[in-house]
Amino acid sequence: MSNYQIEFRHVEKSYGENLVLENINCQVKQGEFITMVGTSGCGKSTFLNMLLGTESHTQGDILLDGQPILAEPSPERGIVFQKYSVFPHLTVRDNVAISKEFESSFIGRLFGKQRNKALDEADKWLDAVGLLNAKHKYPHELSGGMQQRLAIAQALIKHPKVLLLDEPFGALDPGIRKDMHKLVLDLWQKYHLTIFMVTHDLEEGFYLGTRLWVFDKTRHDPHAQNRFGSTITFDLPVGKTDEESLEIIEESLSLHALSA
Amino acid sequence: MNRWINKKPSRPLAIALGVLPFILLMALYQWGSETRKAENPNDKLLPSVSQFQSAIDRLAFTPSKRTGEYLFWQDTKSSLQRLLTGVVCAAMIGLLLGLITGAIPLIGANLNPIITAISLIPPMAVLPLLLITFGLGELSKVMLIVVGITPFLIRDLYQRTKDIPNEQLVKAQTLGANSFQIIIRVLLPQILPRLLDALRLSLGTAWLFLIAAEAIAATDGLGYRIFLVRRYLSMDVILPYVMWITLLAFLLDWLLMKTSKKAFPWYHAAK
Repeated sequence: MSNYQIEFRHVEKSYGENLVLENINCQVKQGEFITMVGTSGCGKSTFLNMLLGTESHTQGDILLDGQPILAEPSPERGIVFQKYSVFPHLTVRDNVAISKEFESSFIGRLFGKQRNKALDEADKWLDAVGLLNAKHKYPHELSGGMQQRLAIAQALIKHPKVLLLDEPFGALDPGIRKDMHKLVLDLWQKYHLTIFMVTHDLEEGFYLGTRLWVFDKTRHDPHAQNRFGSTITFDLPVGKTDEESLEIIEESLSLHALSA
Repeated sequence: MNRWINKKPSRPLAIALGVLPFILLMALYQWGSETRKAENPNDKLLPSVSQFQSAIDRLAFTPSKRTGEYLFWQDTKSSLQRLLTGVVCAAMIGLLLGLITGAIPLIGANLNPIITAISLIPPMAVLPLLLITFGLGELSKVMLIVVGITPFLIRDLYQRTKDIPNEQLVKAQTLGANSFQIIIRVLLPQILPRLLDALRLSLGTAWLFLIAAEAIAATDGLGYRIFLVRRYLSMDVILPYVMWITLLAFLLDWLLMKTSKKAFPWYHAAK
């Protein structure tokens, strides 16, 4: 068995004639933090959804710990979406404790001692994301940043092998976004997480993570835009996140943004 | 501010403006009643206030000579019983089927076409069928209400279930939930306030079918009484009954709204 946690081998994704991703080959080790950027429609979200299990690849293999990845969402892969990640009808605390209830009760509801134990564990994770003070509130009483903190706590309590973030901070104010970056980096280091994060903010991609992936098309057919799919055109380790590379990527992205 | 769309009434003005049409309507009635009475003291079409009072007193506060019952209250009790039984049954069926067809695509594909087809049948057209099948007792009246509003409830709740963001379902799966747990812990609690919304919308229709059923085959009930006394042109009974039904309808609606706000604060705050 290889020592990679996640492997993509010649993965391709198409919708009928419409080729979205092609020739995806990559290996990721446990504990890496990968940020993914690209123009809209470049397939970075499709890539994340294939990892998540909500979309299936049409060719090739995706392996998680050497095994083919499950074709539906599972506790191995935690997710934080840009919004709608939390349950509006549950308090902050219950939002985190609910996965414990799913785990140990057929009807998804715990009582008495067991419930208290679940709530205690939920509090621990709420503390880790800085939400302990708001534990009795409902999500609608929280700011956007706090809701994302909650969504992260929800995911972490399951100890997922991989944490997937789908433009998690895209809707937040710049100041709040800074705080969230710090939080994610702290959690990543503390719990040795493997993180995949989609972002449309190139700076964010550069600042966070150990690897930056750029999704783009390498071939263009001017008469049939969907003939060729995107692939990973840049795979930069964190050490290379210098101004020069930033400019090169920015240029390649804006070129295609113009032609698209 | 010169544009009409920017002129907003203050609170007292808004109340006064809202009450005004009611006062105008009553004044118009009073004027009409007096004019007609002046021409013909036995006029029955627009009775005077004192005639209303005596009709209400006769039906609500004097025992009926024939049965010893207080007819008005007996009618109210029978009607409310039928209405509530029908509405509660419809709500349960609507909730169950709406939720399950919305949550499980295989069941949705299986049941949605027939639910759509049934919902297109005008309920009044099958009233004879209900009378034949369920007899002339309480059951056929309750069934008419159930047949009348359930398809709407199912289809509405199906749509509401579908409207719950898919992100939540994916999230629940990554938290280890199975389909059953997702239905009862994620979907059901979020559908309940929407059920109350749908019930408020369907109450008017429920009243319509209740009164129709009572008009055709009943021995008591608010609708029965109205249709009974119309033979005698008893506007002094019909109008108070209509107002009473209106008041009851308003109270039920208000009660549902209050219940919803009390039980599901997160739903109303998020809207």
